[in-house]
Amino acid sequence: MTQAVAGPPEARPDERLARSSPLRRLLGRPELGALLGAVALFAFFSIVADAFLRAGSFSTVLYAASTFGIMAVGVSLLMIGGEFDLSAGVMVTSSALVAALTAYQFTLNVWAGVAISLVLTLALGMVNGVLYVRTRLPSFIITLATFFMLAGLNLGVTKALTGNVASDSVRDMDGFASARAVFASDVDVLGVNVKVTVFWWLLFTAIATWLLLRTRAGNWIFAVGGAAGSARAVGVPVDRVKIGLFMGVAFCAWFSGMHLVFAFATVQSGEGVGNEFLYIICAVIGGCLLTGGYGSAIGAAIGAFIFGMTNKGIVYAEWNPDWFRFFLGAMLLIATVVNLVVRRRVERSP
Amino acid sequence: MRGVFARGTSRGLAVLAAAGLLALSACSSSGGKKSEDTPEGAGPRLKIAMVTHSGAGDTFWDIVQKGAKAAAAKDNVEFLYSADPDGGKQAQLVQAALDKKVDGIIVTLAKPDAMKDVLARAAAAKVPVVTINSGAEESAKLGAVAHFGQDESIAGEAAGTELAKIGAKKALCVVHEQGNVGLEDRCAGAKKTFGGDLQNLFVQGTNMPEVKSSLTAKLQADKGIDGILTLGAPFAATAVDAVKETGSKAEIGTFDLNKDLIASIKSGAIAFAVDQQPYLQGYGAVDELWLLKNNGNVLGGGRPVLTGPAIVTEQNAGQLEAFANRGTR
Repeated sequence: MTQAVAGPPEARPDERLARSSPLRRLLGRPELGALLGAVALFAFFSIVADAFLRAGSFSTVLYAASTFGIMAVGVSLLMIGGEFDLSAGVMVTSSALVAALTAYQFTLNVWAGVAISLVLTLALGMVNGVLYVRTRLPSFIITLATFFMLAGLNLGVTKALTGNVASDSVRDMDGFASARAVFASDVDVLGVNVKVTVFWWLLFTAIATWLLLRTRAGNWIFAVGGAAGSARAVGVPVDRVKIGLFMGVAFCAWFSGMHLVFAFATVQSGEGVGNEFLYIICAVIGGCLLTGGYGSAIGAAIGAFIFGMTNKGIVYAEWNPDWFRFFLGAMLLIATVVNLVVRRRVERSP
Repeated sequence: MRGVFARGTSRGLAVLAAAGLLALSACSSSGGKKSEDTPEGAGPRLKIAMVTHSGAGDTFWDIVQKGAKAAAAKDNVEFLYSADPDGGKQAQLVQAALDKKVDGIIVTLAKPDAMKDVLARAAAAKVPVVTINSGAEESAKLGAVAHFGQDESIAGEAAGTELAKIGAKKALCVVHEQGNVGLEDRCAGAKKTFGGDLQNLFVQGTNMPEVKSSLTAKLQADKGIDGILTLGAPFAATAVDAVKETGSKAEIGTFDLNKDLIASIKSGAIAFAVDQQPYLQGYGAVDELWLLKNNGNVLGGGRPVLTGPAIVTEQNAGQLEAFANRGTR
């Protein structure tokens, strides 16, 4: 895992940075600090927790990382584009509820629910984006508003339709098995049981990295996040890029929502609140700046990996659960500070 | 599969029809013509407010409300519900209910200190108060006439006994909300009667994949675990998955019920559930306020009335299935 993510910086051709040494180029990458933090955490937990190094355990860590990481892909791109989405956490639940409720209430094949959910969730992302573009209010406010509305809708609609606060189980419906295979199955890799979400996470991260570094859209994303005014002046379609980025988050929320439905068959309507911050934390640990214009999708993936390691490492180390949140906060702080120090050093050196 | 599907259609229609009926009955319970014709023996129409510390979308509190509404419909009571997990805001909601001149207040005492002043104001205004769920010890001190709830320690002890009965030696107590005193009491109670080794595991209850991966991690870290006690129904289902995946031999017990859980108990995937009968807490509290007003009665004679623990196992799960399916058990 750590080797895989270390690969791309060296593999990058150097036409844009022809004068700097390979070492400088490596140090200039936004994800380097996070990578060092990840290595340090990995070593730390390998020492303090016997069970941490077992292949099965590592697969669990990767699963935890992937459930955050899939969302962190969309969230990191949006942050590079200079915006936040506070509705991302409950949007996952909304998306899952839409699929489960439509499939059950209309007795459809679950794949129909999956498709309806995709359309509606992308529309939600578009609403966030269009509201932002039209009003120019901070995305923080817009998505805070949609966060509350979605949380209310999740509960209100679910209760109105089912009479309870959770969706009905879709486990015995047509299409469940195939949908589960896509969104929530296990894959056997050399005798180790790995969740399919891990592969999707890596795939999404790869696609986002390609998009950022190899396409014109990627340049636009950096441009609108760094200096929207200048970007507009040179002809970048700023509004379209921002709406697209909100829809990117929505797509990731849809995927995560489908994982919820097909891994657990019923969806609790009150879930998801608070997760939006965890996604932002993953992106920030991975080197995305809160001010936009800087960051990487690989960084966000490493951030999610750090988060997964901390989250599960505490369980493997069998520490007193009363201290859980303290450990979590301390780990995050250390990882972020390492990240910061590395970047400052790079920026200061000639 | 086909058969299930065909039945699914009629079930969908039934759900729609039921929702329609529910909507109708919900309309008629507040105001309108019905409020004029008092049902036989129901006494004058009362207005009762329930203010709990529930977060949004919690199955448990949904069942409490269903119980309260059933009693309200029977007793010709106008029932108002509001909730806030923050102690200060919950107190404000109680104040708002007092401002509305209600005839009785039902309140939870998850944070008794925050409720002290507003309950004193209720006493000054001669509005009777009934406490439910949490705060059995503080209830009388704060001037409530009655308390309906489960003693969490006693419920925990019952769970510990059940865990021991299924032969577990080393078990987990899965806490899904950190810092919740009631949940800690359950684990402490279970520890007392269990006899074996019982450790607490904290999971983030609002994030099911996190619950699952934490359980999986714990089962991988400690292969000796042969019992899991979850403190809410949805977490038990996730524990079943985690046990299956890790090849663990752990047996699962849980607090609270829902319809999926009944099916899991019937199939043997979950060994037992400790039910504190939330329906009874809502129903009892409304009934108590009605009885007090119309006949001066106090259920339990001023002592806390225990609504649990009721133990559900493979033996009696079948009898409760219909009730769990409609979300009242």
